[in-house]
Amino acid sequence: MPDIALSRLGKVYPGGVRALDALELHVAEGEFFALLGPSGCGKSTLLRTIAGLETPDAGSVSVGDRDVTALPPGERGLAMVFQDYALFPHMTVEENIAYPLKLRKVARRQRSESAARTAAELGLEDLTSRRPAQLSGGQQQRAALARAVAARPDVLLLDEPLSNLDARLRLEARTFLKKFQRELDVTTVFVTHDQAEALALADRIAVMEDGRIRQVGTPAEVFRRPTSTFVASFIGSTPMNLLPAELAEGAVLAADCRLPLPSGAQGQAAGGGEFVYGIRPEYLRWSASPLPDALAGTVSVVENLGSAQLVTMECAGRTVQVVVSEDHDPAPGEPGWAAPRSDRALIYRDGVLVGAEESRVPA
Amino acid sequence: MAATGSSTEPEEGTAPRAARKPREQDAAGLGARRALAFVAPGLLVVALFLVLPALWTLYLGSTDYRLTGIPAVDPQFVGVDNLTDALGDDGFLNSLWLTLLFVVGSAVLGQAIGGFALAWWMRERTGPLRAVLESLVMLAWILPSSVVAFLWIAYLDRDDGTLNALLHTPGAAWLLDHPMLSLIVFNIWRGTAFSMMLYSAALGNVPRSHLETARLAGAGPLQQLRDVVFPAIRGHVLTNLLLISLWTFNDFTPFLITAGGPDGRSETLPVFIYQTALGSGQLGYGAALSFLMLLINLVVAVVYLRLLGRKRKEERVDEASPARGRQAGAEREVDA
Repeated sequence: MPDIALSRLGKVYPGGVRALDALELHVAEGEFFALLGPSGCGKSTLLRTIAGLETPDAGSVSVGDRDVTALPPGERGLAMVFQDYALFPHMTVEENIAYPLKLRKVARRQRSESAARTAAELGLEDLTSRRPAQLSGGQQQRAALARAVAARPDVLLLDEPLSNLDARLRLEARTFLKKFQRELDVTTVFVTHDQAEALALADRIAVMEDGRIRQVGTPAEVFRRPTSTFVASFIGSTPMNLLPAELAEGAVLAADCRLPLPSGAQGQAAGGGEFVYGIRPEYLRWSASPLPDALAGTVSVVENLGSAQLVTMECAGRTVQVVVSEDHDPAPGEPGWAAPRSDRALIYRDGVLVGAEESRVPA
Repeated sequence: MAATGSSTEPEEGTAPRAARKPREQDAAGLGARRALAFVAPGLLVVALFLVLPALWTLYLGSTDYRLTGIPAVDPQFVGVDNLTDALGDDGFLNSLWLTLLFVVGSAVLGQAIGGFALAWWMRERTGPLRAVLESLVMLAWILPSSVVAFLWIAYLDRDDGTLNALLHTPGAAWLLDHPMLSLIVFNIWRGTAFSMMLYSAALGNVPRSHLETARLAGAGPLQQLRDVVFPAIRGHVLTNLLLISLWTFNDFTPFLITAGGPDGRSETLPVFIYQTALGSGQLGYGAALSFLMLLINLVVAVVYLRLLGRKRKEERVDEASPARGRQAGAEREVDA
């Protein structure tokens, strides 16, 4: 299982849109890697450039120790599953799975044995004689996966792998996909705009914006210590609270409240600049009675999330969201206090995490 | 997502179908009588201008009716004599052969393949070259027959023709030495636009991801055409072939260029019939030939339509069972 290395990769579309901007990235062997970003950030272009479907204007793509930049897609030893699965409607599932093998002139018997084996691995053994139109969405996805892996590619590329499934199926498919990737142990890169999907599936995530990678890290790193306010607001099902702040002696002033200086920023927050205090709604402890070192405000909206509730609070003209356990029962109009976990709170100076140097993305 | 078969037609049931039937068939709720009243004017026009002349031709074809002479005044019923005469008529068989050449050469090989090649080439190209080429091809198609016929006569002229000037072959009599070849080339030039447009539209429907999947699997351009493009546009290909072969088969423009000459060497069937019926005045015989021509048209149409119908049927079979497939799939996914 080779790794993937991208070096100074650039792509400008006609019309001047810079889809990839001198991009550096390394995907390790056997890694499940996510390219995450809002639409138009260049993540799909990046995936397609790795696949060879787009030609970069600058830089190189290496798979293992081979420089594949100039190779056509078919000779790069990789397979891709498209968002719409791209199963050929006139072929049966088995013919679809065996198609890459057919192009490689594998003998018919061997081909159908191999296809049958792959189909069985993906739980499609009873469906091999069906046409794609006779399969459910989840089955189609697995058929497309089977076709991709039947030829034993070095690298597997997935374009928005879960977005064509309905919500319930998506969870199942997510678990299945993660297990499948682990068993197959193939270097896998996938593109998604859904941060929850990236967090759940990937070993590492690259968060992209405007053709650049803003942060690379494990899901935990990216979730807990986003290195920029962009990543902070993009990751998390409930976005991080980002409050304009001022620094005082060993403390932070945000939304008219005095909060303890986050542990990661201690001794590094000197100097000028625009400061932002960041705390995830999950890392705020709710109280209906006054707490020291807490954000104080008035409850304006309570949204039930099932096992928890999302409380929106107005604090001195700023909106703060707090995830509150089901033990509490806040109601709109009531006062509330939310104490941050200081080991999870973050300080940003001019949009960049203070104290993030050790986990900084290589520029 | 069409692939899940959400648009599946209701399966052929038994009891509920009987109850649903009247409403399904009468979507507008007019009732048979009023519905018929709406259709009647159309049917009347069709009957007057299509069915009646066709029957009249059938009748004429069984007489010895002529433009001049005694049979013009008093045509005699001759039964199928005209048809049997035609089958032994060298002129007719010759024109049939020339028509076949014309259809296969200019429509099937020339227009269809040329039109597809142009559409394929233009698929991902933009810019002035494409615009110019597209306009030229379209121009050839939209100009009136009489105009293009004159253009080609001038183009191929023996003494002052453009082609001879281009090729430095003064005095080459294209229309005399190669009448059929000239007509075939002419008709390719004239009619390729239609196939090009049809295939352009069809190619737009071939999903990019399918082509890219094939490319990633290592398929070259020809394999992509074979495995992805043609299966996806098969219906368009058949429709295109049906239309252009019928049009070419019935095309009368060759008459405007060569008038069937020299010595009947470019006398395609419509030209031959015209010459027979109006040139030499054998209206009865000409009508019989027209009837034969109609029969050939019908055979061609039926063959294509059956091919097309088989394709539709395959698709329907594909979509008829997803209900079952989906159910089984749902269970499976719960298991997984």
